[in-house]
Amino acid sequence: MAEFNTNPEIVQQENLVYKRTDLLTEKALSYCPGCGHGTAHRIIMEVIEEMEIQSKTIGIAPVGCSVLAYEFMNIDMQQAAHGRAPALATAVKRLFPEKFVFTYQGDGDLAAIGTAETIHSCNRGENIVIIFINNGIYGMTGGQMAPTTLPGMKSSTSPYGRDVATMGNPLRITELVAQLPGTIFVTRQAVHTPSAVRKAKKAVRKAFENQKLNKGLSFIEIVSNCNSGWKMTPLQSNEWMVDNMFPYYPLGDIKDSEKA
Amino acid sequence: MAKVKGEIVVDTERCKGCEVCVPVCPEAVIVMAKQVNRKGYHYAQPVNDACTGCTNCAVVCPDGAITVYRKKFTEIIESEIEH
Repeated sequence: MAEFNTNPEIVQQENLVYKRTDLLTEKALSYCPGCGHGTAHRIIMEVIEEMEIQSKTIGIAPVGCSVLAYEFMNIDMQQAAHGRAPALATAVKRLFPEKFVFTYQGDGDLAAIGTAETIHSCNRGENIVIIFINNGIYGMTGGQMAPTTLPGMKSSTSPYGRDVATMGNPLRITELVAQLPGTIFVTRQAVHTPSAVRKAKKAVRKAFENQKLNKGLSFIEIVSNCNSGWKMTPLQSNEWMVDNMFPYYPLGDIKDSEKA
Repeated sequence: MAKVKGEIVVDTERCKGCEVCVPVCPEAVIVMAKQVNRKGYHYAQPVNDACTGCTNCAVVCPDGAITVYRKKFTEIIESEIEH
């Protein structure tokens, strides 16, 4: 392959248009290649950087692949027991009402073991932001079936595909919390294409702005891939996500109290 | 005629070779290198100077390995750009 050298006339500090935000630490992300977690981390940190609230933000890390989020996000963070991030966020927000508090949770954390905490904190309308990464599987532990696993989807504990008759239906928890009066902004986004990333970033920005104005709980679901758990390459998993996940988990705003 | 030229710089040690940046590039600038980095991943690298600095690749990169530069040239200076 021919060696291509970058043009030193263009690669100058004054011509910089995009670089990795400094609010992410230098540590290499522990996620698999192509995982949407990295992009989700980055858009949250970019929003915090743009709002200049680095010293005023407290994040709550979950249990799951993103358990080490506190190693990558250069802000104050706590790590909650499995599924209890919304409960911990409630406590932090009530003790420090002037701080910005968000939780960052996966589907095994938020939609399975932490369903009660999620629903009750949404129903109480705690003034926090919940960011929910949905990849339809327990990625960290080896791709077991999660409540969000699609019908017929193969996982390591449903090798013949999820059978709805015996294993139940996938849980659309985002639609569920949108019913509750405590939530102010409920949306579903993705991070597989540049336009989707930009839309998701706008939604995260809006959620933090809502918290600034003490409006109530904002809930952002990010449908993501899990190429290791789904046993695909990153690009195949993104295609599979578009073809299979999006029909069941359609993107867009589900509830926006300002527009209503 | 004004011309916008871009340039990407890939942090080859941070790149995990997921190839998500390859199909999103409208100018087909990025390919995966034959060489590997210290972790054994084939990293992304630019192969031509068609980059417009649209930042699509950097926005989707899960590891934030791509830095994008963009410069507006007010007159065509092709001979300078090629060298």
